[in-house]
Amino acid sequence: MSQSNRHSVYDDVPAAPHDEHGGDHIVPIRTYVAVFLSLIVLTWVTAFVSTLDLGALNVIVALAIAIFKASLVLLFFMHVKYGTRLTKTVVMGGIYWLLLLLGIVMVDIMTRNWMGVPGR
Amino acid sequence: MWLFLVTEIMFFGGLFLAYFIYRQWYPAAFASASNKTNLLIGAFNTTVLICSSLTMALAVHAAAQGKKNLIVLFLILTLLLGGAFLGVKAYEYHDKWVHHEVPGANFECEGCADAGHASLFFSLYFGMTGLHATHMLVGFIILVVLIIQASKGAYTTKWYTPVEMFGLYWHFVDIVWIFLFPLLYLIDRSGAAK
Repeated sequence: MSQSNRHSVYDDVPAAPHDEHGGDHIVPIRTYVAVFLSLIVLTWVTAFVSTLDLGALNVIVALAIAIFKASLVLLFFMHVKYGTRLTKTVVMGGIYWLLLLLGIVMVDIMTRNWMGVPGR
Repeated sequence: MWLFLVTEIMFFGGLFLAYFIYRQWYPAAFASASNKTNLLIGAFNTTVLICSSLTMALAVHAAAQGKKNLIVLFLILTLLLGGAFLGVKAYEYHDKWVHHEVPGANFECEGCADAGHASLFFSLYFGMTGLHATHMLVGFIILVVLIIQASKGAYTTKWYTPVEMFGLYWHFVDIVWIFLFPLLYLIDRSGAAK
């Protein structure tokens, strides 16, 4: 199919295989294995720590470990660390939305009955 | 795919919010109901799912290198590990059914503090893990298609986008479970809060 007379905005774009990475980056297997082992260890750490009585800290520790594990998956398994700024922005946008949802609603929920007046 | 995953964050986010609200209001019910889940099974299942994430990452890695047989191998391993996860979940669901821990007419939470609100925990348990399992089932169907396509040599170093995109989806489902596990299985396991 002759394309000599047809010009499109894509004509000058270089045909690199994976533009969305901003470069063809292949993560070494040992990185994957290191992340995998960390995830496994953290899973059993969080399970074990939950059996200890840390009072209010139990939730915080469990969530902190979960957030760290999720970050490992995001950055390395999902390649966000090697991704474009657009990818990172979209991911941060999603996380920010979730933090807003949980944060604002829980600030409301957790401070009810603080003022001793109806509805507060 | 990332935009779709952001909508998925919203999808699951609502259920997580409901969980946090009810846990805040009925902490005793949530703590004792959570202890009805089996910690070892939950931790084991989390391990299985993390393994499936590794095999999926390795499948994408193999696709980037154009190694057809490895792609097929790792995709099949991901499928098997995901299947094992769902099998264990089915066992857990059955166990709950048998113990009348499914919310409904015959619900009873044996020895639960604030039993009247314990069913809230279980509604969220089944709702959230059920939604998660549904996502895994959809993943299965796509995995089968990917395996068939990969074995036909459809994915080369120049184009392996479906494998990569599915990898993102699968890792996201793993991340959801990474949060579900502590929130559902690990409330007050020390038995100290009374």
